[in-house]
Amino acid sequence: MSINDNHQNKKPEVRQHRREVRTRRHGGFGGGRAGAMAGEKAKDFWGTLKRLISYLKPQAIPMLLVILFTIVSVVFTVRAPRIMGSATNKLFEGLIGKTLPAGMTKEQVIFLLKATGKTQMAEMLSGMNVVPGQGVDFNALLHILLTLLAVYAAAALFQWLQQYTMAGVAQNIVYNLRKQVDNKLAKLPLKYYDNHSHGDILSRVTNDVDNIAHTLQQSITQIVHAIATVVGVLIMMFSISTLLSGIALTIIPLAFLVTMFIMRRSQKYFIAQWDSTGTLNGHIEETYTGHSVVKAFNQQDKAVERFDEENERVYESSFKAQFISSIIRPAVNFLNNVNYVIVCVIGGIRVSNGVMTLGDVQAFIQYSRQFTQPVVQVASIMNILQSTMASAERVFELLDEKEEVPDTEKPVVLEDIKGHVKFEHVYFSYTPDAPLIEDMNLEAKPGETVAIVGPTGAGKTTLVNLLMRFYDVDKGRITIDGVDIRDMKRDDLRKIFGMVLQDTWLFNGTIKENIAYGKEGASDEEIRAAAQAAYVDHFIRTLPQGYDTVLTGDASNISQGQKQLLTIARAFLADPKILILDEATSSVDTRTEVLIQQAMAKLRKGRTSFVIAHRLSTIRNADIILVMNKGKIVEQGSHEELMAARGFYYDLYMSQFLAPVSESLENGNSVIR
Amino acid sequence: MKDLLIKFLRPYWKQLILTILLLSIQAISNLYLPNLNADIINNGVAKSDIPYIIHTGSYMLFVTLLLACCAVASSYLGSKISMSFGRDLRRAIFYKVESFSQADLDKFGAPSLITRNTNDVHQLQMLVLMGLNLMVMAPIMCIGGSIMALRQDVVLSYSIVIIVPIMAAVVGVILVKAIPLFRSIQVKIDRVNQIMREKLMGVRVIRAFVKNDYEARRFDEANRDLTTTTLRVNRIVAVAIPLLMIIMNVATISIIWVGGHRIDSGAMPIGNLTAFLTYVMEIMISVMIAMGMFIMVPRAEASAERILQVLNTEPSIEDKSRVVAVRNVKGTVEFCDVEFCYPGAEEPVLKDISFVARPGKTTAIIGSTGCGKSTLVNLIPRFYDVTGGSIKIDGVDIRDISLRDLRDMIGWVPQKAFLFSGTIADNLRYGNENATDEELWHALEIAQAKDFVMALPDQLYAPVEQGGVNFSGGQRQRLAIARALVKKPLIYIFDDSFSALDFKTDSKLRAALKKETANSTVIIVAQRVSTIMDAEQIITLNDNGTIAGIGTHKELMKTCEVYSDIVYSQLSKEEIA
Repeated sequence: MSINDNHQNKKPEVRQHRREVRTRRHGGFGGGRAGAMAGEKAKDFWGTLKRLISYLKPQAIPMLLVILFTIVSVVFTVRAPRIMGSATNKLFEGLIGKTLPAGMTKEQVIFLLKATGKTQMAEMLSGMNVVPGQGVDFNALLHILLTLLAVYAAAALFQWLQQYTMAGVAQNIVYNLRKQVDNKLAKLPLKYYDNHSHGDILSRVTNDVDNIAHTLQQSITQIVHAIATVVGVLIMMFSISTLLSGIALTIIPLAFLVTMFIMRRSQKYFIAQWDSTGTLNGHIEETYTGHSVVKAFNQQDKAVERFDEENERVYESSFKAQFISSIIRPAVNFLNNVNYVIVCVIGGIRVSNGVMTLGDVQAFIQYSRQFTQPVVQVASIMNILQSTMASAERVFELLDEKEEVPDTEKPVVLEDIKGHVKFEHVYFSYTPDAPLIEDMNLEAKPGETVAIVGPTGAGKTTLVNLLMRFYDVDKGRITIDGVDIRDMKRDDLRKIFGMVLQDTWLFNGTIKENIAYGKEGASDEEIRAAAQAAYVDHFIRTLPQGYDTVLTGDASNISQGQKQLLTIARAFLADPKILILDEATSSVDTRTEVLIQQAMAKLRKGRTSFVIAHRLSTIRNADIILVMNKGKIVEQGSHEELMAARGFYYDLYMSQFLAPVSESLENGNSVIR
Repeated sequence: MKDLLIKFLRPYWKQLILTILLLSIQAISNLYLPNLNADIINNGVAKSDIPYIIHTGSYMLFVTLLLACCAVASSYLGSKISMSFGRDLRRAIFYKVESFSQADLDKFGAPSLITRNTNDVHQLQMLVLMGLNLMVMAPIMCIGGSIMALRQDVVLSYSIVIIVPIMAAVVGVILVKAIPLFRSIQVKIDRVNQIMREKLMGVRVIRAFVKNDYEARRFDEANRDLTTTTLRVNRIVAVAIPLLMIIMNVATISIIWVGGHRIDSGAMPIGNLTAFLTYVMEIMISVMIAMGMFIMVPRAEASAERILQVLNTEPSIEDKSRVVAVRNVKGTVEFCDVEFCYPGAEEPVLKDISFVARPGKTTAIIGSTGCGKSTLVNLIPRFYDVTGGSIKIDGVDIRDISLRDLRDMIGWVPQKAFLFSGTIADNLRYGNENATDEELWHALEIAQAKDFVMALPDQLYAPVEQGGVNFSGGQRQRLAIARALVKKPLIYIFDDSFSALDFKTDSKLRAALKKETANSTVIIVAQRVSTIMDAEQIITLNDNGTIAGIGTHKELMKTCEVYSDIVYSQLSKEEIA
């Protein structure tokens, strides 16, 4: 992420590095949802949630369906253990029935048992549906089992329907959210881009949106499912036994509290783990990328020492985080098992007493097992929701950014453009407290060349920003052929200009597509002609795929110089009336450099040009030279005039182009004036 | 992977065995509980024996408590072992890489090594952690569950033979289908991210060419593509869980049906049915988990492979067993017929390079891109070793000097000005811990960096972000130069270190530098002729890595065509005179 400040950006150094670090850490820690536990808190949880829910509104019907499907699925799921319990009952009854003498009625048997003092047995029998002497009623059992099968099938079907529908809802929302963000970015002023790191913006569009997508897809259905299950199971439990439900209800909140308690404790360590892993990875990263510097300065031992410290810290925190969070399961399991045992014991006693059937006890055990799981789930979803809301907040923040001033209602459309550019009493600054351009006047007649010179970081791009209306002037006006550029549509204005900057921006696509970027629907001949004019046709044809060669992500498969020639070809094809050129050609070999120079000179012919000049020949032949320093225009005039003035330009000229070091030393006084 | 695991887990073998033991106890107690429950039903409920119920119940409570204690203890040990494993592995890699020469590092590339040191280790660490819980637990539960099920009823246990393979097959098919799908989602996410990145980088160009609509379409296509793929995948995956539920439930129902007949015929007590069902559930869940673990294994295997490659690489440049101690060095650097060939390359980058760089003099190296200028100076601090000929300092072959002594003599300013996170002062003191603040300011002044450092709120103690991203390219270069100056070395190497400076700063810096380095050997690699025009000795390289000419600017202009070509391409005629 090497950002070449000289050309890309001007002053605003207020980049948000902190956020960039956050992003990097996100990626560094093995990625994924591992971070969900680490809990980034949203500033306004409920406000953001409300707004996120408002995105669900257009999806209200499918959303309602999702909830409906979930509830139906839960209703079926919740019925199942009860039905299974009745199957057990049937078996148990058959078993007991067999042991009883045939031919007697149930009442006779009970009477007999009581008479022989077996009151316990008698009580149990009284609660059962037994026919003495008869075994298991397999017809009835089959009927029950088939019902059970149907119930299970229905539950599964609705669960599938719910997932299926939710996938549609979630993806629809996320698609629109991404699209909205993209639309928004197109409307934001350049100022926003200059003040935010790319990493930061990118992570909002990607990581944060993905995070929201994941939550929509998973967590929302889970939470609906969990709540429905809790309610359903509670109803079923109470319908079986109020006493047992009471016991379960004391255990369950306990499980919830224990989970929350442990989670909160471990969160502290998860954050520490996150931080220390970030620091450690940062250290590894910089030690490896700066390997030769580390070696050249004999600092390996220091690097290792620091690594050991950070590594130990990662170990400490990740061990604690891991351990504490892993207690949740055994703790909940323990409570669950206690519950299980109590239900077994009390249930067993109650079956013996004939108050409950065996199947009911069995069903109840299953219910109480189903109960704790959603409770734990809800606790962990709470955490995920926190981090999702933090993500949503960042996305909304971007969506709420102030947009560019809209184009005027009645835009002037220039026809037959001459390219007469005038700056009239222009005032401009990036931040109100640091005025940059004050009362600037400049006139470039059609076909003239304006050379912009000045030391590194002098703010030469400021002029580009103003001409292209990436930024608007604070006061005064800029006109083209007499029309204030603010009275034109931005798009129309920008079509007048051609721009060749040092940071050659090429996108992932074929060479042909990249050149054709200058003119929509350009023919192959036109593209070829433009490439020829830019002296890059020959090179392109030496490539195996010629014009159809695909440039990779950062166009690393062709050299910097060739990239520059391609951007020149692009400008040729666009055939603009006014040019903005950056002459800088660093890391370009000498032969290509000559080509670039010639191509630029050819491109300038007959066009009004603003050249960020690095070459004396360009400067001397320019009609007007603008001398910039520290973001301001300090001098303006022709070469001869400026030399005669013996000002900043004179110094610059002497030191840059003529004087070898020894001389400039002698002239030191005037240089450092 | 096995070797790696064995090697790095060996120090923890005692804890490891204890963990496995604890996990086994857990598994057994987990399996024992349903058995006790069956006893309650068979002997207690069916016989209405309440004291038996209570007695067995308290026994169950005891088992439960034991279970919980074992679980806590084993997760303590498990966390400890896996995190120690990760820590040790990370350390081993880092130590190894620190012993690498630049050539060794290049073989992997820094980004790849970073991934190996972080993500790959994380991958294995997770495998150990999960493995210690699930991988040990799953087979025990599976086998133990089968034994217990057999004890409940042999005939009914045949059902396991049918259910488990079906279960495994279904889970397997789902995984095999789902993994490529998830991978295809990742590819499409990358595409969306890439377009977004391009748009952010090229915002000026996009707006200048009025391509907003085109870009919106481009993004929308990728977005739509991602959305439809994700949707399709999610809908396919949506089938998985209900499907597994159905299989489990059908199994349960069949067991009840068959079991019912066995109960009726008196072949099995009723309590055993409930217990049996529990065991079958445990077995099925274990199979599911085990299958899930199998997805982790190939990934971890690949990580282990990558880590082993690093650990098995022997550093190519090390001190000789007997090194020459150097004293009173003047700093004369001599290249004698040096040849250098990158490992695996067919042609040498540098051939027949001979010259002498003397103290107090500036030796400049110029030539077109890719001719080996940087490579040449990288040979001096032994980032790479020559493949032919030799380099001597004061007549001693640099391979006979210890790396530490050699590098202590050199002040190196890299092509890509690399700063470390910390403060400006930390960075400047990198080569000389004991430098005073005055010395730092002095170096900054020479490097033309004093002004902007003074302007920072914390001045010398202003923070530097990782990679120095909070400074501009020119500022970073000047700080890197100051860093070398603070070291006060005998030999300065500037590897194209002025490229981001404007001409004016460049010339002021060189003028100031001249005085500071009056007694040092200065070697400068440059692209710009103006930077080196006044050097005592300019070495011009041919494109094929041989010397085209050595001399001063004036001499070379007359005698060396390669040099004059370079000059003409950069300056117009009038400036050259």
